[in-house]
Amino acid sequence: MSKVKTVQEAMERIEDGMTVMLPGFLGVGTPKALIDAICERRIGNLTVIYNDGAFPGVGIGKLVRCGLVRKMISTHTGTNPELVKAVADGKIEMELLPQGTLVERIRAAGAGLGGILTPTGVGTSVEDGKTVMELDGTKYLLELPLRADMALLYAFKGDTGGNLVYRRTARNFNPIMATAADLVIAEVEHLVDVGEIEPEHVVTPGIFVDIVVRGCN
Amino acid sequence: MTLPSSPKDLIAWRVAKELNYGEIVNLGIGTPTLVSNYISPEMNIMFQSENGFVGMGALAQPGEEIPDLTNAGGQWVTLVPGAAFFDTAMSFIIIRGGHIDVTVLGALEVDERGYLANYWIPGRGGPGIGGGMDLVVGTKRVIVAMEHTRRDGEPKIVPRCSLPITAKRMVDLIVTDMAVIRPTTEGLVLREVAPGVTVDEVLAKTSACLIVPDDVGEMVA
Repeated sequence: MSKVKTVQEAMERIEDGMTVMLPGFLGVGTPKALIDAICERRIGNLTVIYNDGAFPGVGIGKLVRCGLVRKMISTHTGTNPELVKAVADGKIEMELLPQGTLVERIRAAGAGLGGILTPTGVGTSVEDGKTVMELDGTKYLLELPLRADMALLYAFKGDTGGNLVYRRTARNFNPIMATAADLVIAEVEHLVDVGEIEPEHVVTPGIFVDIVVRGCN
Repeated sequence: MTLPSSPKDLIAWRVAKELNYGEIVNLGIGTPTLVSNYISPEMNIMFQSENGFVGMGALAQPGEEIPDLTNAGGQWVTLVPGAAFFDTAMSFIIIRGGHIDVTVLGALEVDERGYLANYWIPGRGGPGIGGGMDLVVGTKRVIVAMEHTRRDGEPKIVPRCSLPITAKRMVDLIVTDMAVIRPTTEGLVLREVAPGVTVDEVLAKTSACLIVPDDVGEMVA
């Protein structure tokens, strides 16, 4: 059964106020057509889970510029002065995490774990409000699973059943975010029939993907 | 050989001397990135990039950019033979799990405990955490590569960090354009001065207490 839909059809599933996971690292590996469609429809008040601030007007920087983001859960904002300003002005709420913690919290949600213990952040501002556990003489922070209503992925190649292959550094958060959202939409650059991707080469199995849309290129 | 004359290149050159054959190394954004310019291919060093690969080569030449191939600073880069891509979870298994030999990163401040601050300036915001905290916690050796003072001339090597610290970990070495300093449990030990720089000049630009042994050397090629 084909999971392919148009971007318009996919957009019917996205609503104001949702929590959205977006993969990418400074814009590399982030879906383009889906973000453009969100901006066009002005779907707002979003909580966005994304590694960094990307650049002004690029990737999630576009959502920031369009004023559609209420809260960001992220690790780094310095590359996007528009986001830095929106946070300083109190227009966007920011939860800042170490990158390794962000990805493990998402993985914990996808893997059915109750949380993870990490030494990263112990004795720093990241520790505030969190449970510290000491095991065998080492302190760890208890970090809780992080889920989303929706994950919007970006793959170089995908089949109609949702099996995905990524290209170079565009893989980043994609395979992990695919596991931790109620609805997973994959924007693929090259759409192929089921069977055309070697099972050995599939990175994200199609069972994680609900909807496949074609990218803009 | 003649030593590099620009402060950032001098720092990068000196840090490069700390790296050993075959090590896995992560370079932070900015001055640390320049370290790779001073590593010969025969050293067989593998550079890991937190956005998802090992085997990073030189920056790509303009017009020869490879799609979806950037470093952790968003610059276009190339690969060396033996490179491998992976997702962010694997990247931080490598980083936090102790599989990186050396990380080189910049800092806003370093203090007498050997703690560094590099992610946030209260009231002004900051670059953010990115992979920095995980790198400092998980890497076998951490080298701070930074200019000795702030742009306004104020010291960056201070008694206690005034900015939020990145981790409760003593870094292994501090390399600046003026000096090489080794944090120890007794305090910060001055190991080398840059060519043309005196010990007194280093002390004048450092507000932290420095231990000055008799055998302070000079950075030499």
